[in-house]
Amino acid sequence: MAQRMALSTNYAIAYAVKNCDVDVIAAYPITPQTTVVERLSEFVANGELDAEYIPVESEHSALSAVIGASAAGARVFTATASQGLALMHEVLFMASGMRLPIVMSIANRTLSMPLNIHNDHQDMMSSRDCGWIQIYISSAQEAHDTVIQAYRLAERLDILLPVCVCYDGYVLSHTYEPVEVRDKQKVLEYTPRVERPHVLDPDKPITMGVMALPNYTYEFKYQVVDALKRVPKALEEVDAEFADKFGVKYGLYEEYMCSDADVIMIALGAIASTARLAIDNLRSKGFRIGLFRPRLYRPIPVELWKSVLRKAKMLAIVDRAIAFGGCGGPLFSDVATMFINDSERPLMINFIAGIGGRDVTVRDLEQMGLMAFKSLEEGLKEQCIYFGVRGVDYGL
Amino acid sequence: MIMDYSMSTVKDLPREEYFASGHRLCQGCPEAIIARLVTKVLGPNLIVVTPTGCLEVSTSVYPETAWKIPWIHVAFENAAAVASGVEAAIRALQRKGLKYKGRKIHVVAIAGDGGTADIGLQALSGALERGHDFVYICMDNEAYMNTGIQRSGATPLKAWTTTTPVGSKWRGKLQLKKDIPAIAAAHGIPYVAVASISHLKDFAYKVKKAAEIDGPAYIHVQAPCPTGWRFDSSKTIEVARLGVLTGMWVLYEIERGVFKVTVPVPQRRPVEDYLMLQGRFRHLTKEEIEEVQRYVDEQVEKVNKRAGYTAIGPVVRL
Amino acid sequence: MSELKKWFELPIGCTNIEPGSSLNNITAGWRVFTPVIDEKKCTKCYLCWAFCPENAIKIADDGFPKTDYRYCKGCGICSNECPAKAITMIRQEV
Ligand SMILES: Cc1ncc(C[n+]2csc(CCOP(=O)(O)OP(=O)(O)O)c2C)c(N)n1
Ligand code: SF4
Ligand SMILES: [Mg+2]
Repeated sequence: MAQRMALSTNYAIAYAVKNCDVDVIAAYPITPQTTVVERLSEFVANGELDAEYIPVESEHSALSAVIGASAAGARVFTATASQGLALMHEVLFMASGMRLPIVMSIANRTLSMPLNIHNDHQDMMSSRDCGWIQIYISSAQEAHDTVIQAYRLAERLDILLPVCVCYDGYVLSHTYEPVEVRDKQKVLEYTPRVERPHVLDPDKPITMGVMALPNYTYEFKYQVVDALKRVPKALEEVDAEFADKFGVKYGLYEEYMCSDADVIMIALGAIASTARLAIDNLRSKGFRIGLFRPRLYRPIPVELWKSVLRKAKMLAIVDRAIAFGGCGGPLFSDVATMFINDSERPLMINFIAGIGGRDVTVRDLEQMGLMAFKSLEEGLKEQCIYFGVRGVDYGL
Repeated sequence: MIMDYSMSTVKDLPREEYFASGHRLCQGCPEAIIARLVTKVLGPNLIVVTPTGCLEVSTSVYPETAWKIPWIHVAFENAAAVASGVEAAIRALQRKGLKYKGRKIHVVAIAGDGGTADIGLQALSGALERGHDFVYICMDNEAYMNTGIQRSGATPLKAWTTTTPVGSKWRGKLQLKKDIPAIAAAHGIPYVAVASISHLKDFAYKVKKAAEIDGPAYIHVQAPCPTGWRFDSSKTIEVARLGVLTGMWVLYEIERGVFKVTVPVPQRRPVEDYLMLQGRFRHLTKEEIEEVQRYVDEQVEKVNKRAGYTAIGPVVRL
Repeated sequence: MSELKKWFELPIGCTNIEPGSSLNNITAGWRVFTPVIDEKKCTKCYLCWAFCPENAIKIADDGFPKTDYRYCKGCGICSNECPAKAITMIRQEV
């Protein structure tokens, strides 16, 4: 039976993993992910979930262990954040290159130095191009449902890629919301077990994780490129099937008042909820502004994004990560690149904000919106604004 | 199928082969001998995990593979973690009745000394402490051979490697060899053994025992590498045997805490016989050889004390 | 050399689905010295077979070990280890 419970996003994820009947969990605690794995170990300890829980000694081993388990045919789960994700970095590429349908949740947190346990997207952005499907969510319910969708998506034989479900540390991970915990029976009907073509099996022995020379490496890597290309349509289908079964649909992105907007603000994750209030306030003052929240961020469904964004005159891209020494934040760089060859394209301004858990208030976002409008009228003075750093004044 | 532990001769080794010809390991490579023996003894219901290293790169270059049993490589430092996952998956899937039904599947990691003693030590320690039912076999060629003979924690005192060169300040490796079997044993696991490819029956017996015992087992096998140790490829077994006969490589097992020398050596050969066969020790002076001899004498004394009798006898010069 | 496979012709996920396909790699070219077994001296102890790193010695129906020269790399372990001194290494005639 579906059950309505007050759950934090961490717990909402744990319940989803439980109801997907995973076989092997390997994880290492790190704030703010910790309560996901605590709750999962409770489920295993009290028999609610029939799984092997591997209390690994590091995140490197966490991902390595779920790779081994997935290669052996198990449905697997791991979770991490921040330094843990950075420690996994090397192994991330191995998971996607080996085409293993691993699901991992990431409670986004900044990276040291300085050490800080609070939220931004530096961890995930530093691992964004590693062949994993990346979905950013903005509520506990969405996290719960997205984990379920993630298994369905990852295990599709035309996809077979690892998925990470990203959500803002503390802001979402520790905030309680009423969550509809999906009925296990229905979840398993929605995402039934599949026989994969490549697993470790003495009856059909194969060699996994081969070495390749320059003559084959590119072709193996291109397989990942190709599989990623199929993901947007596959996620739409998976999302539609989810809607049929559970009556909720999330789409590949969320847009708010974009159709007539002069300025569209783009933001990932929980900050989008605050941004919506800022949009309302600015709209009431006569500014035609909208909000675009990508859900699927890797792979980027480029044409889909552009179909919404190209109508605007200015895009205000809010990055919660710094690309040190780059041409702006990572999200900004992605959006800029997708328009690069278009003769008519919106102007773009980049706001780096909310670093290390710094509050981004409705007023802050309103101010960013106003700065975007001002740049639109008076010309762009600064392309990348480190918003709210004490001691920096852009005169805007 | 597990045979009787005690083989009278190597003729009793299974005839089945799960490690195919055509691999790219060097002439006389000990790792090939080890891989062949382990798969022979434990195959076909066996899954092998190999970290990055000579064995991995030389057996899996696409489009060829030497492995005829399921085999997986992921990274250099995570063989024990990958094996943990494989073992956990088999356990869970068997319990749920989904896969691997009705038989024991051995999970065996076969790793180099670098992937074990250095970069992989954390993952190994974690896996041993967690008690996974698997066998970890370290092929100790006492250096990072795959990347061109750099020192590892397992490189012995005074040995030349490309990062412990012989110069006016350094005389090969300045530090002692890390005692990895002792580290493994300190986890209180049910089975730890040291083996040699010169004593295949003893090695095969240890592999089988390790696989049958419930819980983690660790086997440390000496792997004299002609390329890195600088000796002729025909001498691989001879060097290994001299390691045993000089008392530099004592063959023992620790089963549930009980220590036993499995191949006693009543009369020891001087370490010189072992060292001088190898180019990596060519720079040693008489005094330095004596220093190594004194160190080995001390180690042997400890072994005998632990064994409760003179398992390894005194040095007898021929 | 046969044509290299296209990306969609490769097995998925960096796997090799042909166990033992290293047999396609003939390593005879590595050999400088070739072992020759003298069956008159051979006692059928099979040590050469057990030690061979190449898995290149097979026990034939007559019980004698035979070298598969397609894969023998000529390391000389068999000759060095043979207790009956039945294996000699000869410089290979090409
Ligand atoms: C993280 C990482 N660091 C370094 C390397 C380079 N590397 C590959 S194999 C190897 C040495 C292997 O040594 P060992 O484990 O002793 O195996 P051997 O080749 O001697 O059999 C090194 C340094 C790597 N692959 N990955
Ligand atoms: S370098 Fe040594 S261990 Fe590596 S393949 Fe050659 S002989 Fe074997
Ligand atoms: Mg080594």
